[in-house]
Amino acid sequence: MIQAEQQLGARAGATPASDEAGREQLDRFAAMDPHKMGMVLFILSESVFFTLLILAYLLYRAAPAVANGPNAKTVLDIGLTAIFSACLFASSGTIWLADRSLARGRDGLFRFWLAATIGLGGIFIFGQGQEYYRLLTHNVTVSQNVFGTTFFTLTGFHGLHVIVGLIALLILLGLALAGQFKGGQHRAAVETIALYWHFVDAVWVVVFSVIYIGAWLS
Amino acid sequence: MSAIPLVPEPTAALPRLRSNEGLLSWVATVDHKQIGILYLITTIFFLLVGGLEAELMRIQLAQPRNTFLSPEAYNQLFTMHGTTMIFLVVMPILIGFGNYLVPLMIGARDVAFPRLNALSYWLLLFSGLLLYYSFIAGGAPDAGWFAYTPLSEKPYSTTPGLDYYAVGLLASGIGSVAAAINLIVTILTLRAPGMSLRRVPLFVWMVLFNSLLIVLALPSLNASLVMLLIDRQLNAHFFDALHGGQPLLWQHFFWSFGHPEVYIMVLPAFGMISEILPVFSRKPIYGYGFVAGSTIGIVVLSLLVYGHHMFASGLGFTLDLAFGLASMLIAVPTGVKIFNWLATVWGGAIRFTTAMCFALSFLFLFTMGGVTGVMFAIVPIDKELEDSYFVVAHMHYVLFGGTFFAVIAAFYYWFPKMSGRMLSERIGKINFWLMFIGFNLTFFIQHFLGWAGMPRRIYTYDNNPGWDWMNLVSTIGAVILAVGVLVFIVNVFVSLRRGAPAGDNPWNAWTLEWATTSPPPLYNFDQVPPVRSRRPLWDLAHPEQPDYQPPAGQGGHNQ
Repeated sequence: MIQAEQQLGARAGATPASDEAGREQLDRFAAMDPHKMGMVLFILSESVFFTLLILAYLLYRAAPAVANGPNAKTVLDIGLTAIFSACLFASSGTIWLADRSLARGRDGLFRFWLAATIGLGGIFIFGQGQEYYRLLTHNVTVSQNVFGTTFFTLTGFHGLHVIVGLIALLILLGLALAGQFKGGQHRAAVETIALYWHFVDAVWVVVFSVIYIGAWLS
Repeated sequence: MSAIPLVPEPTAALPRLRSNEGLLSWVATVDHKQIGILYLITTIFFLLVGGLEAELMRIQLAQPRNTFLSPEAYNQLFTMHGTTMIFLVVMPILIGFGNYLVPLMIGARDVAFPRLNALSYWLLLFSGLLLYYSFIAGGAPDAGWFAYTPLSEKPYSTTPGLDYYAVGLLASGIGSVAAAINLIVTILTLRAPGMSLRRVPLFVWMVLFNSLLIVLALPSLNASLVMLLIDRQLNAHFFDALHGGQPLLWQHFFWSFGHPEVYIMVLPAFGMISEILPVFSRKPIYGYGFVAGSTIGIVVLSLLVYGHHMFASGLGFTLDLAFGLASMLIAVPTGVKIFNWLATVWGGAIRFTTAMCFALSFLFLFTMGGVTGVMFAIVPIDKELEDSYFVVAHMHYVLFGGTFFAVIAAFYYWFPKMSGRMLSERIGKINFWLMFIGFNLTFFIQHFLGWAGMPRRIYTYDNNPGWDWMNLVSTIGAVILAVGVLVFIVNVFVSLRRGAPAGDNPWNAWTLEWATTSPPPLYNFDQVPPVRSRRPLWDLAHPEQPDYQPPAGQGGHNQ
């Protein structure tokens, strides 16, 4: 068998299995970073997931049970949530600054912006926790009516995604402090997590518009 | 230094269980070939379980007013049969083949994310075990594999079965999405030099688009299951009409996953057929571009036709019309494939191996199921036959006669590569005829049972005209079919011990997986042959007439 393989190899044009350069010249897909591509596909699938949760919220927004019971207009604190949302939106900017600092080899600045991103994300989760606490103590729950059902499911799943993102960012920060990203090494890891963080942010743009701004306008 | 025992670096491609590395290396493996084989073993196990459930149902239905099974047990059996076959057999068996074959076919060492790959497999296994644990935990799910609300809500189904259904399918759904992402990234980034997307084997192409469909469709199921679980566990009201929810929303959400799922369960089978038919007809595939391109049409259309599962719910004239037309339209790209396959076989030097017999019968059986499928796109026919045995017949022709026959063909075709030994052709022919006759005996007559008005999902029936003997025939067919499947299992065990050694390329095939040893070494290839056309091994064997240099005066369509 080995003989046959050697014969194969001896023929013109046979390439060792580890020919990375030959691979990347193939087409533009082959030249892409696999981690980022995987994350983009994951984001695609998560978008469908959130689309269904948002559709369910929209469907029940005008239901009679919602009009007569607690609903977005009567129980949500739009002003306060807007402030916490601004923190999350800002964190998309800080992670972009973190990545740019890394690309320019400014490791200290990179760690600073990374920590700032975590701080801003943390403030958002704190704000959401506070809102949940206020609602639950005022007897607005997931089983109260379809508003409660769809509101807590949608914002809850978004909150879970923020928490997962924060964990990933904390791991990045830990690795950064351990010197893993010196001189722009492993930048793909930072960029991949940054993609996810932008996605979490973008979902909140839609959710905030649909729930809070929608209630404010109605 | 470290207190944690490390997993030894693997040294053999397929370590025996009793060897030093043995069990640990199989449990801890991140090798795509081992994981692929684990997928196949697991899915065949669940096939036997799901098949047993089907046999029990057929025994119950063999005669009118039979008392073999209680109505409760029957409900659990048909739910678990459908759920098992779809989520634990057909879908993962195709992912398993993809796992094993894709890196070999594109000349890669492994998938892009080997550890994620292992996670996908273990999620599948444990989701299956979780689903089956429901039998012990107070009762299996009993609302059908589609779990329509409100029947799947707490007041109507009080056992924890549907909670296990939701959690189990959620776990397997996450595993499927992870596997799909892995396969897409593998195909796009790890192709060997020369292996452009216009040259990949059609199986790889189908797996690529199938995985894309999984990424787009599975989250709909996951979201629906999450909502159902929140309804049942936290007393929420997504599908609860009493508190303003809408039970029909479940059907929209579920089928927006459920119809793409139908294609998720068949696209890789199209790929298998597109590999097997040319090799045993000794001709290149006819119309590669059309077979590949029509797949894109199927993917797009499959996301737009789910409403045809809901005609009976009263969508209204406009939606009925739109969904009906779109559903008929999807027969066009599928028909394109069928004609290309026929043209591939046409005039070829056909070798009737067992793999070829199964592949050819796929053409016949899948077309049968496709024709009845187009019938269901016609709204009045759908409303007449909805929820009758005609649907059962249609769906089994597509999924069993279609996909599963292709899968068995794939086993006969690629088993030599995986194990290094040929499956016995003698037992194979017995296997084929038992399955072919058993299958048609079981399901062909169910078309007529449906016309005669027999509904699905009833545990027994009165002695209506014709129902008794038709059901008996169907049950006899089911027994023959079961024997056929068992003969296949026997063939695997016998051939693993006594099968003829396969050699690298027993079928004189042309794709890269046949360039390496059988079974392939740990790292798949030392040298990847040059890829200058769609049939790199043909080019190697026929340097005087390679595909990339068409004879003078002819178009280079095969490049």
